[in-house]
Amino acid sequence: MLLKAWLRLMKWCSLMTYDLSPLLLTFRLALVTTAILICIGVPFAWWLANTRIRIKPAVEAMVSMPLVLPPSVLGFYLLLAFSPEHWFGQWLDRVARLRLAFSFEGLVVASVIFSFPFLVHPIQAAFQNLPRSLTEAAQVLGKPRWQIFLRVLLPNIKPALLSGTILSFAHTVGEFGVVLMIGGNLPDETRVASIAIYDEVESLNYAAANFYAGVLFVLSFLILLLVYITNRKALK
Amino acid sequence: MIRASIKKQLHGAGGEFQLDVNLQIAEGELIALFGPSGAGKTTLLRCLAGLDQPEQGSLIVNGESWLNTASRINLPPQLRHVGYVFQDYALFPNMTVRGNLEFALRKGHAKKRVDELLALMDIGELQQRKPDTLSGGQKQRVALARALASEPRLLLLDEPFSALDAEMRSRLQDEVLKLQRHLGITTIIVSHDVGEVYKLASRVLVMNAGKLVEQGSPDQVFSTGKTSGKFRFTGEVLAIETMDVMSTLTVLVGNQIVRVVAMPDEAAALQAGDRVMLVSKAFNPIVLKLA
Repeated sequence: MLLKAWLRLMKWCSLMTYDLSPLLLTFRLALVTTAILICIGVPFAWWLANTRIRIKPAVEAMVSMPLVLPPSVLGFYLLLAFSPEHWFGQWLDRVARLRLAFSFEGLVVASVIFSFPFLVHPIQAAFQNLPRSLTEAAQVLGKPRWQIFLRVLLPNIKPALLSGTILSFAHTVGEFGVVLMIGGNLPDETRVASIAIYDEVESLNYAAANFYAGVLFVLSFLILLLVYITNRKALK
Repeated sequence: MIRASIKKQLHGAGGEFQLDVNLQIAEGELIALFGPSGAGKTTLLRCLAGLDQPEQGSLIVNGESWLNTASRINLPPQLRHVGYVFQDYALFPNMTVRGNLEFALRKGHAKKRVDELLALMDIGELQQRKPDTLSGGQKQRVALARALASEPRLLLLDEPFSALDAEMRSRLQDEVLKLQRHLGITTIIVSHDVGEVYKLASRVLVMNAGKLVEQGSPDQVFSTGKTSGKFRFTGEVLAIETMDVMSTLTVLVGNQIVRVVAMPDEAAALQAGDRVMLVSKAFNPIVLKLA
């Protein structure tokens, strides 16, 4: 049934002869970004939830900056930093042979920064809401920190982990300004769906724009629906 | 043998005060820490477990130094081998009852111990349940079993029965007593229930505002010779009415409101909100047995 629908969609797609690569690129970007975000964001959220350092408000403000800054501001500064003229860009080029301006890798780095608060906020809040006594009980039972983290804390914040992951994924899918600034519009490299829509509209190709926009619209709705359904189940 | 000397600055409801306690506990003793809330009982317990750090102090357990601020020794809670039962039980919600106990096992210990504890605490039927589905008394048993699963050298109970109803409290007190005698494990229980202290403890340490103010057997502490034959209650003055030569005080004792007669000069020194002690001769009480 599902397979049939998928085949029909594919057939429809090929009939319309739309280029699917911007969509695929978008999801590849979102997947890679989310995977990196989980690896660094979850431990960071744990650290942020427990730390008592003085500059914590400043750290929290930095994390939240992408929520309030126009994406073009972030994109502009990243572009400057990534450019081979800049010492950071030069250093990356020399040490890692990495060109971040106008490349997929650059998009990944920018997306990680841009979606960071969407992952960190719900997870940090969930860590803070867990009773301290859970950690303390595990400490008294002789468990090292990493084991407490993996076996006691993480399993008890599953709903937040899920919503943080999905929100950052969805947010990466929806990126436009940052990508435009540092990625440009290179097919198969930086031409993600949101850029493709803009591009098609510019060239008055409304049908193609409609196709990309429709796919993003439906997928975004489904993703958010999934978040709310799972959260409702978790609350029961 | 435990020798502890703990000094720590505390922020209480009535301002700052210092926790300053020296104590010695013999192997196998069951000690009650008794006193009003905010006296520093829980903090003392947490210092013993390594969950709080005192500013100054030392702690020697069976010849091993767990804490010595002078020589910067501070064993983390992981290495102290204590069993701690938290006021909110702190059962891991993601694990079953059995999972909670298995998690507590020290490395290399047989799972057989879990079965023994499940049987000992009579919670075998609950072993596949999650903590959220348990009643207060059941959670308490699981918490106790989990604390014992790690084979502690010292068992610390922080007001373990305060959230339970009277009957369940009494049953669990019996069990703790039985268990403690059976295992011979040194135990410290925080309590502000005189009945509980009487029933359980071989020695009671009375704390007030961070200091040990009295210690001895419950009998010695709670019924000192000079007031035998008298009832003593502490309470709070709610209202004072003075009429002619007599005054009437309305006093809240526990959760009962009593009216007592006082001389006007006594009443003049008081105002509503004061803490008072009522002493009354007990020469003809009416004794009623409760079912």
